[in-house]
Amino acid sequence: MSQTIVTPIGANAESEHLDAIHQENPHLAHHYDTPRHQYEAGKLGIWIFLVTEILFFAGLFCAYTIYRTERPEVFNWGHQFLDWRLGGLNTIILLTSSLTAAWAVRCAQIGYRRALIVNIVATIALAFGFLGIKYVEYSHKFHEGLLPGHHFAPSEEAWEIESFRAKHPHAADLAEALEAYQASREKAEKSGKAHHDAKAVEGQIAPVVPSRLRELLRNPEATQPLVDIGAIRNPEVEPQEGLLRPKYAHVFFSIYFFMTGLHGIHVIAGIIVWIWLLRRTIAGHFGPKFFGPIDFGALYWHLVDLIWIFLFPLLYLVS
Amino acid sequence: MITYLLLADALPKSPQSSTFWLPKAGSLSAGQFDWLYDFLAILSIVSVVGVAVAMLYLVVKYRARSRVANEIADKTPDHNTTLELTWSIIPLFIVMAIFVWGFKGYLDLRTPPKDALEVNVTGQKWNWSFTYSNGMSDNALHVPVNTPVRLLLTSVDVIHSLYIPAFRIKMDAVPGRYTEMWFQSTEAGEYSIFCAEYCGAGHSRMLSRVVVHEPGGYENWLSEQQKKMNSLPLPELGAQLYQKQGCKTCHSIDGSRLVGPSWKGLFGRKETMSDGTVIDVDANYIRESIAEPQKRIVMGFAPAMPTYQGKLTDRELTALIEYIKTLK
Amino acid sequence: MTSTTTVMNSPLTGKSSASPPSFDGARSDSYLTHDRGLASWIFTLDHKRIGIMYLIGVMTAFLVGGVFALLIRTELFFPGRTLMDAQTYNQLFTLHGAIMVFLVIIPGIPAILGNFVLPMQLGAKDVAFPRLNLASFHLWVLGALFLVLSMVLSAADTGWTFYTPYSTTTSTAVIPATFGAFILGFSSIFTGLNFIVSIHKLRPPGMGWYRMPLFLWSLYATAIIQVLATPVLGITLLLLIAERLFQIGIFDPALGGDPVLYEHFFWFYSHPAVYIMIVPAFGVISEIIPAFSRKRIFGYKFIALSSLAIAVLGFFVWGHHMFTSGQSVLAGTLFSALTFLIAIPTAIKVFNWIATMYKGRIHLDTPMLYALAFLWVFTIGGLTGIFLGTMSIDVHLHDTYFVVAHFHYVMMGGSITAFLGGLHYWWPKMFGRTYDEKLARIATGVVFVGLNLTFFPQFILGARGMPRRYYDYLPEFTHLHQLSSVGAFILGAGFVMTAVYLIASLRRPINAAANPWGASTLEWTLPSPPPYYNFHEAPVVTAGPYDGYEDLIYVENLQGYVPRPKDGAEGGSGVPPEKRAEIANTSKPPGVREPGVNADGDQSDSATETQKPGEEA
Repeated sequence: MSQTIVTPIGANAESEHLDAIHQENPHLAHHYDTPRHQYEAGKLGIWIFLVTEILFFAGLFCAYTIYRTERPEVFNWGHQFLDWRLGGLNTIILLTSSLTAAWAVRCAQIGYRRALIVNIVATIALAFGFLGIKYVEYSHKFHEGLLPGHHFAPSEEAWEIESFRAKHPHAADLAEALEAYQASREKAEKSGKAHHDAKAVEGQIAPVVPSRLRELLRNPEATQPLVDIGAIRNPEVEPQEGLLRPKYAHVFFSIYFFMTGLHGIHVIAGIIVWIWLLRRTIAGHFGPKFFGPIDFGALYWHLVDLIWIFLFPLLYLVS
Repeated sequence: MITYLLLADALPKSPQSSTFWLPKAGSLSAGQFDWLYDFLAILSIVSVVGVAVAMLYLVVKYRARSRVANEIADKTPDHNTTLELTWSIIPLFIVMAIFVWGFKGYLDLRTPPKDALEVNVTGQKWNWSFTYSNGMSDNALHVPVNTPVRLLLTSVDVIHSLYIPAFRIKMDAVPGRYTEMWFQSTEAGEYSIFCAEYCGAGHSRMLSRVVVHEPGGYENWLSEQQKKMNSLPLPELGAQLYQKQGCKTCHSIDGSRLVGPSWKGLFGRKETMSDGTVIDVDANYIRESIAEPQKRIVMGFAPAMPTYQGKLTDRELTALIEYIKTLK
Repeated sequence: MTSTTTVMNSPLTGKSSASPPSFDGARSDSYLTHDRGLASWIFTLDHKRIGIMYLIGVMTAFLVGGVFALLIRTELFFPGRTLMDAQTYNQLFTLHGAIMVFLVIIPGIPAILGNFVLPMQLGAKDVAFPRLNLASFHLWVLGALFLVLSMVLSAADTGWTFYTPYSTTTSTAVIPATFGAFILGFSSIFTGLNFIVSIHKLRPPGMGWYRMPLFLWSLYATAIIQVLATPVLGITLLLLIAERLFQIGIFDPALGGDPVLYEHFFWFYSHPAVYIMIVPAFGVISEIIPAFSRKRIFGYKFIALSSLAIAVLGFFVWGHHMFTSGQSVLAGTLFSALTFLIAIPTAIKVFNWIATMYKGRIHLDTPMLYALAFLWVFTIGGLTGIFLGTMSIDVHLHDTYFVVAHFHYVMMGGSITAFLGGLHYWWPKMFGRTYDEKLARIATGVVFVGLNLTFFPQFILGARGMPRRYYDYLPEFTHLHQLSSVGAFILGAGFVMTAVYLIASLRRPINAAANPWGASTLEWTLPSPPPYYNFHEAPVVTAGPYDGYEDLIYVENLQGYVPRPKDGAEGGSGVPPEKRAEIANTSKPPGVREPGVNADGDQSDSATETQKPGEEA
């Protein structure tokens, strides 16, 4: 016998049209035998999709790991400009929205339509809340010039940030002293009285300023982001409580904007999915016999949440 | 036509004879390579012929007459685990042997001897520059025969790759890092150098050559170059630098437009910059263009010139300016 | 051959007399004619129509990429300038590569033949997610449009590999090209996702994993690669675009980045991608050889599992593209060792195919000629991969014409040859028409000669030191280049011939039998061309995919095979006559509702006694 000699099942003169199962379940596609068959296929499909999303972000996490290993000073310096409280709030918001999403699935399964609508609306509202806080953070960065690449033009130094001053008052004073020292040195050079005045200033702050920092200040190039190919791969600034702006400081913000931006795009896509699900719920599509789309949408949403849970400590809680 | 002339200048002087597959071997590594390559070639030919013969034999012997005849194939087993394992394990041993052989050769290629002669190589679009221990640069690689030579490579713009087919060696020149390779040439003569990593419009004319000197020849060459540099009249030195520093890749001296403006009649000319200002091309502008070429660019030309900051001595800079002055 | 209008093609009865009208209705109302109008194609959910649309799109892209190839080979006929300047040449080889890789070969067999055949080989009505399938196609079109945009603006000149920092600093239209490739990546991911779920969830009763046709095994292995590898390309290209737009500093050393990191990210996808290109080709060959040897395939399990082995191992060898990049010796060693391992499952397939032919009864129709051509050409391509996997040898051969020859032998000689074989094999099923066999055999010969003449000299060129992506070359390489260019035009002529007779066949009336080759997988039980719904009910499978060739006999006036009549019964498969009538009457399209039933079906909480969540089907 070959496969070409087959016996079709269910052959029956009366089945001129869709069989009973398909008639009773209008959302059952013609190529699936039962609603459970369709649901299982959909479940496998969404899980595979989530795996692709994980791999998509994995590339970014890989780049992050490589950069953080090679240039830790960039991360030590850069994270200070992020407000961990806003990031923490966003984490709580997303976690709560995952709760309402899971709850929505349960409501659909047991047919509580009103509760389902409430939970979907809550999820959407929380998602908008997340985006709102992101907007606040992003506009702060734009305002302060903390942008990727060529647009990087910070308007304040790390020690001028309130949170930094609060945590490390001594270091902040140190940094101000250093800045003053550098300014007076430059002024002295310009007016030609270089060594004399500079030595005097140096003598004043020498007991306070670590010698390594003094070395660096003698070499101003170390604190300016210059394009110097020959000096690559030799980080010239050791992390000194993230004080002095490192050479490739802008890379931190490149990574920050790219990772949170891509995540934000996924949040927006999730909102669109939830709105679509809301419309279908209102039209009465979902119930105990058919709730796959809600289940799958919620799974996607959980992944979006999970990715943020990794992003938050990696970017905001660098210590 | 110009390309061909440029090529001709970089072509090695000695003929490149080769066997059917490979160029003439010019180094220790090439000799080792050729053994393994020949083995692989023979193995491949035997395998391909084997497959072809088996196929053709089976097709001829078991060809069906026609479909109408409805011939039925002989009953034969449809699997044979022993056979499968055999024809998996034997090839596995063969490829493992090849792997080990190749690995050993590669390890040799990546392990330069401690006392090797060092030459720094810089790739740029579209020119190779070799800097010797006495600080001198040239755009050909001069080495003594039977001496291990270690090259330290880098690039100033995009990824290039230094390839010497006769020595069977190649290494990428990556901007922002240093890579190295070494060789020991076994026969005096000249061998081609190609760029083997695509780098733009001039990729295929980024040619150079290895000049392998007879014993004593290398030192002579070095000291002669040094003398020439010190005593050569400035315009002549400038003309040499024009060749060796790769200026000729982008600037012509006959008026034709290449990547950059022609040097013919350049000195004293009025040029319009890309921002509209008109300047006189004087010594200062030429110096600035060599050290900071992106600062002011002539309108209509791309900002493609790499910087020579730190690569030319003051005397060399002056020499170039004097040379340009002679190009009316 | 002329056909009579009421010839029944039912493999179940084998009768060639007048048919019950319903079945004949199914044959003249095939998926091609079921719905009319452009919109019915653009918005179709029918996997067969989607496959045909891919065929048209991909072949158009192949034409454009092929013309670029001929322009390139013309330019290389003489050293120095022949037709164009270096910049144009660089743009041509970039777009040739990008089109061929992203628009033709990666979608290639899965999107065209896979889409068409997979559901039918599963006895299913469609793939798991038909809308996602349509989305895949439209994403392909969108990606193609972005590549066209790049060509129109100032075609990228970076090579299809987009190495940084050249690609982040060149002034050509890199962003449209990379964004197009990014979109095409999603097309590929969705196709893979669809195939994995289809194979897991839509197999018919009786078809366990080891009764699946090998084409499906190969599509499954390919789909795994598509799903796992392509997202990494996606993020890499996005990072590249961000580097160009915002100078983020990830790949450009001038901004703090690392160009070798780009190479790692890029090849992490692009090496598995080459297995996306070749594994489906292996599947096609595994279908053709048993059918045309009238003999069960040898080593079914080994062939099936070797596809999976290649898919998995393929993820761990990307560094063999980077032996000269400055990568550490340790990394290179690991990559090389694993690369050699992949040679073994590949060799196993070749040996098994040859063993299948042993003591078979071989018919040399065009699909089989392509399969034999594949064996020769792929063996050469595969063995030269050994050269390149050997570390010390690769140092000499990397970035030379040897590599160009290697990958064209496996892509053109492997994937395209197998694709053409599959296209000729399934052509009667797809369109219900046969093509001119004599012309087809001649064209196959022309393609074979052209292929070898174009690419074999390139091995010699490369070994002699001729680097790749060269606009100009030293005069000593001229004669080999000229041989190669002549070969390219012969190859092009072969393809043009093929296109001509295949398109001409569409003007014939429907004349193909359901099973012209006597193959034994499920798609051959359907009429040629099939009805839009494929099967009314899932068939019960009781045998393997290459079993029972001896139970099929050739009927000359059908020009096709039918089941061998058992003693006594006139036609039929041992199914009693009254049952046969029932079976014949069941091939009706679903979707016809009784008047009065609300198609939407309001959900009420007092559900009927159908599936509750948690219950087994």
